[in-house]
Amino acid sequence: HHYIGATWHVLKIELYEMGWNLKDGLRECLVAAAPYGGPISLLKGHNRRSPSARPQLEIYSSSGLPLASFPWKSGVVKQLGWTVSDDLLCVQEDGTVLVYDLLGGFKRHFSMGNEVSQSQVLETKIFHSPYGTGVAILTGALRFTLATNIDDIKLRRLPEVPGLQGAPSCWAVLTQDRQSKVLVANGSHLFILDNTACTPVTPPGLSPQASSIVHMCVSFSYKYLALLTDSGHVWMGTSNLKEKLSEVDTKIKTPPKQMAWCRRPKSQQPSAVVMWDGLLIVVGECKETIQYHLDDDSILVPELDGVRIISGTHHELLQEVPGACEEIFKIASMAPGALLLEAHKEYEKESQKADEYLREIKEQSLLSEAVRQCVEAAGHEHEPETQKTLLRAASFGKCFLSNFPPEQFVSMCRDLRVLNAVRDYTVGIPLTHTQFKQMTVQVLIDRLVYRKLYPLAIEICRYLKTPEYQGVSRVLKHWACYKVQQKEESDEVIAKAVSVKLADAAGIFYSEIATKAYESGRTELAIKLLEFEPRSGEQVPLLLKMKKSPLALSKAIESGDTDLVYTVVMYLKNELNRGDFFMMLRNQPVALSLYKQFCKHQEQDTLKDLFNQDDDHEELGNLYVKASYKEQRLEARIALLQSAVDEYYKAKNEFSAKTTEDEMRLLRFQRKLEEEKGELLVGFSLHDTMTTLLSVGLHKHAEQLYKDFRVPDKRFWWLKLKSLAEKEDWEELEKFGKSKKSPIGYLPFVEVCIKHHNKYEAKKYVSKVTPEQKVKAHLAVGDMEGAAEAAIERRNESEISTVLSRCSATTDHLLMERLNRAKATAVKK
Amino acid sequence: MQLPLVGVTVMLERNVLQVYPAAESVVGSLHMAHTEWRDAPELPDFSLLKRLARDQLIFLLEQLPGKKDLFIDADLMSPLDRIANVTILKQHEVDKLYKVELKPIVSSSDQLCFLIRPRIQTVKWISDLVNADKVAGRFRRYKIIFTPQKFYACETVLEEQGVYGDVTTDEWNFYILPLDDDILSLELPEFFRDNFLEGDQRWVTTAGSALHLLQSVYGSFSKVYGIGRCAKMVYESWRELMEEGEQRTRQPEFAKVFLVDRDVDFVTPLCSQVVYEGLVDDLFRIKCGSVEFGPDVTSSDKSIKVMLNSQDKVFSEIRNEHFSNVFGFLSQKAKNLQTAYDKRRGMDIQQMKAFVSDELKGLKQEHRLLSLHIGASESMMKKKTKQDFQELLKTEHSLLEGFEIRECITYIEEHINRQVSMIDSLRLLCLLSITENGLLSKDYRSLKAQYLQSYGIKHLLTFANLRQLGLLEEQQAGETLTVMESKVGKLVNDKTVGKLTDAFSSLAKKSNFRALSKRLALVPKSGEEYDLRVPRDMAYVFSGAYIPLSCKLIEQVLERDGWTGLEEVTRMLNGQEFAVTGGSSSSEARNKTDAQRIVLVMFLGGCTFSEISALRFLGKERGCRFIVVTTAITNSARLLEALLDNHA
Repeated sequence: HHYIGATWHVLKIELYEMGWNLKDGLRECLVAAAPYGGPISLLKGHNRRSPSARPQLEIYSSSGLPLASFPWKSGVVKQLGWTVSDDLLCVQEDGTVLVYDLLGGFKRHFSMGNEVSQSQVLETKIFHSPYGTGVAILTGALRFTLATNIDDIKLRRLPEVPGLQGAPSCWAVLTQDRQSKVLVANGSHLFILDNTACTPVTPPGLSPQASSIVHMCVSFSYKYLALLTDSGHVWMGTSNLKEKLSEVDTKIKTPPKQMAWCRRPKSQQPSAVVMWDGLLIVVGECKETIQYHLDDDSILVPELDGVRIISGTHHELLQEVPGACEEIFKIASMAPGALLLEAHKEYEKESQKADEYLREIKEQSLLSEAVRQCVEAAGHEHEPETQKTLLRAASFGKCFLSNFPPEQFVSMCRDLRVLNAVRDYTVGIPLTHTQFKQMTVQVLIDRLVYRKLYPLAIEICRYLKTPEYQGVSRVLKHWACYKVQQKEESDEVIAKAVSVKLADAAGIFYSEIATKAYESGRTELAIKLLEFEPRSGEQVPLLLKMKKSPLALSKAIESGDTDLVYTVVMYLKNELNRGDFFMMLRNQPVALSLYKQFCKHQEQDTLKDLFNQDDDHEELGNLYVKASYKEQRLEARIALLQSAVDEYYKAKNEFSAKTTEDEMRLLRFQRKLEEEKGELLVGFSLHDTMTTLLSVGLHKHAEQLYKDFRVPDKRFWWLKLKSLAEKEDWEELEKFGKSKKSPIGYLPFVEVCIKHHNKYEAKKYVSKVTPEQKVKAHLAVGDMEGAAEAAIERRNESEISTVLSRCSATTDHLLMERLNRAKATAVKK
Repeated sequence: MQLPLVGVTVMLERNVLQVYPAAESVVGSLHMAHTEWRDAPELPDFSLLKRLARDQLIFLLEQLPGKKDLFIDADLMSPLDRIANVTILKQHEVDKLYKVELKPIVSSSDQLCFLIRPRIQTVKWISDLVNADKVAGRFRRYKIIFTPQKFYACETVLEEQGVYGDVTTDEWNFYILPLDDDILSLELPEFFRDNFLEGDQRWVTTAGSALHLLQSVYGSFSKVYGIGRCAKMVYESWRELMEEGEQRTRQPEFAKVFLVDRDVDFVTPLCSQVVYEGLVDDLFRIKCGSVEFGPDVTSSDKSIKVMLNSQDKVFSEIRNEHFSNVFGFLSQKAKNLQTAYDKRRGMDIQQMKAFVSDELKGLKQEHRLLSLHIGASESMMKKKTKQDFQELLKTEHSLLEGFEIRECITYIEEHINRQVSMIDSLRLLCLLSITENGLLSKDYRSLKAQYLQSYGIKHLLTFANLRQLGLLEEQQAGETLTVMESKVGKLVNDKTVGKLTDAFSSLAKKSNFRALSKRLALVPKSGEEYDLRVPRDMAYVFSGAYIPLSCKLIEQVLERDGWTGLEEVTRMLNGQEFAVTGGSSSSEARNKTDAQRIVLVMFLGGCTFSEISALRFLGKERGCRFIVVTTAITNSARLLEALLDNHA
């Protein structure tokens, strides 16, 4: 361990000896290293403009292993930077930003706007916020342009800085109040620029000797700000400029190369690192500084919990010593963790002292605290041997505790195993435990996938028991998407390889992989892959994209999801010409009915076209009939019915045609009568029309309808019977009954009179009733004797029984005897 | 309330034995039913479904914070009332409640929330409102809550009308309304028309989701049977949901599920209902488990709304009875009630106090219900014992039996000519057609012409619909499925012919009722006395004249544990039957548990109270219980009204 300094402890550890072989180190290079142990990009000779000597863009892992390298053929690059998802951003002089993946694949480019391209880029900063990765540009016109999230570009031009004559001495991007702002220093003046205003600000307690602020840096969390003045003072405070934390004199007045915060989360101590050529100074709360000599050109990479220092040969991490480590490792420490470590050492030596140490801890009831310290310290250690020693001590201590929850210990062991694996030189992701917890396993897996380290990613997922859907399956999907882009292999080989590997993985969407294949121009492979997709619904969108419409439609129908069918139908409606569209629908009844339903409410005319196309004259006829009922004007209504008639004839449906023609005649008749007699008739059925006519005494007109419309005799007789009875026109009824032989018989006459409580009239018709209905007729008028007579005469057993059931035991005693006798003989017969 | 009722039951029995020997068997059977009931398996608690629905609705309402006016689809009013009453809605800042009437609105609220079924015309209406507000320069927030789900077509309408960005949409996954202990309804009457007439299958996934919901709340099933095209699709949709979701190994709460399409059996819903609950539905229309009895029943000048379910102790005793038994039973019950009241005489103060606090409330409640049901059954007797009704029943029975068809046709003709009832005439025509495998051309044309004379030619469309569904057809020589196929085959390639045949099969399908009836013995031999007071079989729900085909199929399949031996029957029903062993590993050991004796029957396209009564009877006979899940409660009138075309 390198413990430097006296009053507070900073730890510098070596991460890697760099695997790259750089002739001139980092000299004259544009360098960008991604946070969270991400990749490093180098652009050598970026200022060269001649086409004969193109600059070379190189990408390395944190351990210096090459990931990509290619000659730079585009414009002059002003700045390199990395996005939160490990994409490389190259900001050109003209404001164009080119995006590459970490293996050097070109992804896309975007522009920072006209204003920038006209006045050119002077300086650029790439920053990260909760909204993603942003780009801030200072143009030649000394104005700032900002994009907060490059995945959703909204360019903002910030207000002018008053009195700015040339490039400001320094500037930085802050995120405050959910807004990205720029902090600019012009000499000794400091301004905050937001969307609307440029506000002058004064850092509280800034040393008065300073006439200019020459450098500034913002902490990883945007909470703290450090300013370096031309007098060599470092002012540290909160980034809202409300509070000063400390001010330290570095005693160096030359401008530094770089400055960065070096602070762990929740630390009480402010500390920043300032770098000059060959010298690194760590400043903190007290007046003393820690100085550190640098052999080589280096860059500082700020991290969540420290600063990484990358040089041409080495990669180091500078950190404030974590509390737990300090407690345990500081000389002659009596902290519980330190004692436990000691106890375990003695135990391994089989010495009795182990017990003494343990007892000391236990007497203070600090054993669980000791275990906790050891576990925590192990997390901060980079050396696997030290990790093991600490964890063994923790495990030893745990034996003497009965109720100590095991989770912390177990998960630390797991985490460290994963961390050691990714810190490995060949992988080169030097994450600290704090960073790992902040970034989450999910993101780590993503990073491994970006590097195409699929087997390691899968192993980690399995080891950490990440749910398959978020873990193994996700990795496999990425693998498959990569696989389908390999041009040298045949469709069959790839399809087979993919299906074999992905066979039993849960939550795989073959459609996504197929989409990737299609995007890389392999339609046939895409179709093959889609076959593996068990959810037919999932196949549909891609099939549509690939213009395989009939297949898409049948897959949609297969899925049973009408919404999906509908989507395809609507897509096809816009894509195909009407004829082809209708043709396709005709082959798919399910889709056709869906579309018809839609048309019924939205596009009546389309419905007509559909039926026309199909020569479905029957349906067309029905459509016109339906339309006629919505029509108020009589002539229009009749016209629609005429169209219906034509269609029905075409459909060879003579019945419907004739009926509709009758309806047209009826409508005209009704209208005429309405005009002449003032009776509301239009729209009535034939029956209702006749009822109305009879009830208002227009018998002749009713008779005319009866003749003209071939109304059956029976209906007419029922109608007239009912109407006369309702008017209680008994005389007319009698005449009507005698006019000719009733087609409905005379029982209805009896019944209708009874219904209107006229027994007298009813009796007139009893004698005319047919023999079969005699009994009923007599019963209807309440003539028990007559009923009995008729029943006995007909020797009908069931009729006799009916009469019997209506007899009352008290009054009809004799009649019942007669009936019973007759019944007996009837049965015998 | 419990205690006095037991007392009443006991006394009831004694009184009957002494005074009314004739009524003995009625009460006896009811009493027996009770003892058997005790052995019957416990039903799961379906009120949980209501709670789930309510919680989600509240969550959705809170997504639109602040005061808002709520517009509700008319046919969602009653179901909503069962889930969350006005007080609950007000608690979640619903200011005013309106019924959706597809007319311009008067609301001063800045936030409008629409709770609607996913129907195109309603969404169109909302779009018009939003656009009208825009023109008037009025700014409001709009939220549409679709229930039970939203359809892409609705969103398309929003987009086409240019209001997609102005309106937020959400889904209230209120799939199932428990109407009673053993009746669950999707409350989707339009399912029938959309699916069977229009060929629009959008509700299939809804039905699948409903089953999935039941499964996730109450556990999986060991066996699934079904018949019908829609049933098959619903099962598929459900299976996909099962596969997507987490596999949970839970003790199943239901043994078996039976899915049946309404078009497998059209005869049953077309028959006049004669069990009490069915008859109440036919006469007074039960809406969402409640009925409004008019002045003729309440014998006062106002109407009374009554919930009809197992909570109503009087109703639960008579709901499954043939109506001819009900009146006698009720009057007996009234006498017993009087006796219970009479206990008061000769009580001392203490006893009286106990009587008032323990019994009187229960007795009064019972009294109130009893007088309502007596009123209802009186009104029933008035209407239904008339000669007309007897003749109507006689005709129906003749049709079912295939006996004296000519007389039946004459009767139907007179029925049409006299304009007795638009729906009843249609119903008889359909029954005639189905039982006779279509009408002779001559009869078809003459009856249709007469019907049109009576009710207007707009019914040309009705007849077209009925024909399409196979409900009312003209017997055609030669025009069979194969002819259709070859016709269509000329137009398209071979692959699609299969699918088309599928689609047309309902069009050209023969009902084969007579053969089915013979095969399954649906119609008991005529001439045999059928004592309705002691039901022998499920035929009692139709006065002993007919065993509902749907219920008979269920009985047969459960008995055989599948379709084996029913090949002839399924062929006549157009196939599409299936039997699947469910996901839960059903071990033999579990066979004894209650759950194994609960069968869930899902009717796609609606089911009638007669069918429910028949299944309850079957359950008692077999010592199991049926839970009916239906897209809606239906009856002949609702079924036929859905096929009229006057709504457009």
